Amino acid sequence: MLRVENLKKYFPVQKSALEVLLSRRRDFIRAVDGVSFEMKRGEVLSLVGESGCGKTTTGRIIVGLERPTGGKIYFKDREISSLSEEEQRKMKKYIQMVFQDPYASLNPRMKVGEHLVESLTIHGIAGNEEAKEIAMSMLDRVGLPGEQFYNRMPYQLSGGQRQRVAIARAMILKPEFVVADEPVSMIDVSLRAAILDLLMSFKEEYNLSMLFITHDLSVARIVGDRIAVMYLGKIMEMGKTREVIHNPKHPYTAALLSSVPSFLKKERRVEIIGDIANPIDIPSGCRYHPRCPFAREKCKKEEPELVCEEHSFACHFPLEGGF
Amino acid sequence: MLLDIENLTTIFRTRRGVVRAVDNVSISIKKGEFVSIVGESGCGKSTLAHSVMKLIDHPGEILGGKITFDGLDLLSLSDEEMRKIRGDKIGMVFQNPMTSLDPLEKVGDQISETIMEHMNVTKKEAWQMAREMLEKVGLQPERVDSYPHQLSGGQRQRVMIAMAISLNPKLLIADEPTTALDVIVQEKIMDFLEDMKREGRAVILITHDFALAAERSDRIAVMYAGWLVEMGDAEALTNDPLHPYTKGLIQSVPDVWMDKEIKPLPGFPPDLINPPEGCRFRPRCPNASEMCMREPPEVEVDGRVVKCWLYG
Amino acid sequence: MAEVRNLATTIFSFLPEAEGRYMVISGIAIITIVALMAVFSPFIAPYDPIKSGKDVLQPPSPEHIMGTDNLGRDIFSRIVFGSRVVLSVVLSASLVSTVIGVPIGLISGYFGGRLDRVLSMLMDSMYAFPGLILAIAIAAVLGPSVFNAVVAISVVYVPTYFRMIRGQTLSIKSQLFVEAAKATGASDWRIMRKYIFPNLIPTLVVVFSLSVADAILTEAGLSFLGFIVSAPTPDWGFELASGRPYLPAGYWWMITFPGLMVMLLSLGFALVGEGLSEIYAIGRER
Repeated sequence: MLRVENLKKYFPVQKSALEVLLSRRRDFIRAVDGVSFEMKRGEVLSLVGESGCGKTTTGRIIVGLERPTGGKIYFKDREISSLSEEEQRKMKKYIQMVFQDPYASLNPRMKVGEHLVESLTIHGIAGNEEAKEIAMSMLDRVGLPGEQFYNRMPYQLSGGQRQRVAIARAMILKPEFVVADEPVSMIDVSLRAAILDLLMSFKEEYNLSMLFITHDLSVARIVGDRIAVMYLGKIMEMGKTREVIHNPKHPYTAALLSSVPSFLKKERRVEIIGDIANPIDIPSGCRYHPRCPFAREKCKKEEPELVCEEHSFACHFPLEGGF
Repeated sequence: MLLDIENLTTIFRTRRGVVRAVDNVSISIKKGEFVSIVGESGCGKSTLAHSVMKLIDHPGEILGGKITFDGLDLLSLSDEEMRKIRGDKIGMVFQNPMTSLDPLEKVGDQISETIMEHMNVTKKEAWQMAREMLEKVGLQPERVDSYPHQLSGGQRQRVMIAMAISLNPKLLIADEPTTALDVIVQEKIMDFLEDMKREGRAVILITHDFALAAERSDRIAVMYAGWLVEMGDAEALTNDPLHPYTKGLIQSVPDVWMDKEIKPLPGFPPDLINPPEGCRFRPRCPNASEMCMREPPEVEVDGRVVKCWLYG
Repeated sequence: MAEVRNLATTIFSFLPEAEGRYMVISGIAIITIVALMAVFSPFIAPYDPIKSGKDVLQPPSPEHIMGTDNLGRDIFSRIVFGSRVVLSVVLSASLVSTVIGVPIGLISGYFGGRLDRVLSMLMDSMYAFPGLILAIAIAAVLGPSVFNAVVAISVVYVPTYFRMIRGQTLSIKSQLFVEAAKATGASDWRIMRKYIFPNLIPTLVVVFSLSVADAILTEAGLSFLGFIVSAPTPDWGFELASGRPYLPAGYWWMITFPGLMVMLLSLGFALVGEGLSEIYAIGRER
């Protein structure tokens, strides 16, 4: 369905005039630094990691909001990252995105219903009258009765209701692939489960594949068939959700897991040292080694490869014994 | 008791009407106790914390109740006396460390200024103390010479904590201190708050994250729509919640280790200008009955406070 | 322009919170009065504005509330009819500047790149000229006529619209809802039309009122110099010119009333603009 190969995105660093005069070197933030994965139809992959690890950039590249610096993306065996602008625009009928911030993702001067009609008319799916009918029933479907909500303006809606509109806008096109970027992190806690339910019901109905970007491993546990853990622009570990959570191999995954708040008392804690490294100046060897309590000489020199298997990890000395 | 909040009511007068953000809430906290106040945005948990600090600005107003801290009646103190209490006796850490630090001043200056305002020390001594404080919160002492923009979000939040504890307060109020931060940094800050508690200080953590509260606190108070709906021992409350809201909330949040059925809470939090008649949770409550059209009493069940007719 | 705007804000600064609202209401009141004067001139003016009379240079009196001029014409009547020229010249010039300035500001801001750099440089160099001087230069080249005055004034204000709209477009296009529209597959043209332009309207209304306020002063300047109308057509700026020689002799009313009217009308538009920007809380970025 979707195959990402060695995806890279480097952003040039903004420098002050003085720095530009003094040095000729151009620095780059290596936001995404060689990411590869594959997804099947109907599968949900949770992409987890700390802020700044490149998970959102990866999602934005896939939907075509960002051009990659290197690498390839195949959607149903067709390379899509190098398509012309017009062709990419057409691809968006099949690949949609739900954004994190529902307060900013709707046009403040457009009616709720019009957001959905837009999606349909842009891709020439329905004429005005028909589009309005489809939009009405879609609003009903996401729990915002069309009769009541079609003519409302976004500012009259709560965060949870806005996110429902954003989901409806993406799903009305019956996409085959959806990138959901932290869709519940800005929603009130008591409303999160309902939003997740809604997303998952669309996933079932359309049998779509979803890249679910989140920093919250407890959410990743309930939505994802598989989990990919990112650190400084690379995938550190990837595998079936239960496998990764209960039997993490990479020390970073283990450290992340042991810091997630849980109702159950922790039995094992894996330490992490210091703060996240600078993405301009990525450490040699394994990029995680300065923070890893188990790092050895080899980790400083040789970068471990992500071995592509059922449960893969990029670590020279994987952990034994799970949580 | 170190802090005794009795029947506190704080309101906001808006153009559309009066919002009873905190409505008749009573909580007390002992020395060396870690209490979490849990609830969603708009439930009044943050207003409660700000009321204790008397940091309620127009159009807000503390309408009634009594706050006793260390034998002092806070609501009767003058602004000047209260200013001394803040920082000196009660430290507070806010959600957004970005906006609470002055971008143009070195971290060391900001901490030492706070110290010098309340203590009779020289500038040099204050700087030395600032170094010690930074070390205590897990930052390098050299960070005194950094400007806020040179620090990451987590580091800034630790500077804020260093500032809040620099005067050795008896009570530390942390208002969503880790909401904008990653779990790993959150873990470190929470460890530190627990250290504070072990030193004999009282800690109040305001959070929307039930699991975080369950993991760290001795007692949990759950707020909904300005009401305190349940309060009690953290473990008992999370294992066997009494109030339907507490039950619903715990059931709706996923947990990283547990296989449990996630059940969404129906409906939306109410509009506080026009709250539902009777119990404010009634429209979302699976157990709602005729009785709930009247305001439920606060009752004590097994050492726990519950505001619900099921137990009334 | 700055002076009139400052005056507008100072006058109402004593009003708390609802400041903006009162400014807009009083501005609209002033504009409405002048607009009524223009539309119903023949019914409001007590005398023929062009026909000379015997009573020359009479001070204000119950018969001639603003006095008479050197040819014995009623000044109040001339002011009433003069409002027609002022309003039509200024409003049509402003409409022309809007129609030109807004689309190029929008396109320039949205696409950026080389086109944007060239357009910005061009507009900035025009903006650097003092408005009145530029208008005089253009009017001088084109020759005196109402139509040419409209052309001259509209050229002067195109950069004002361009700059504001371009700046606002830059800030709107970086917002998430524009990104979301792109992710839906909306074309650039559609994004400009349905996502950016509607969000520009508040800015546009403010910029329009403020630049009309300024254009009234420019129009008066051009008219004073004889670039718009010729005798005996009444126009406020022109009245100032014809009254000027009589001022040293003590005939103050010939220039006072037209002068006051120019200021009042300009103030009216400035009040609306400032008030609205207060309400929208925009324009603070300036």
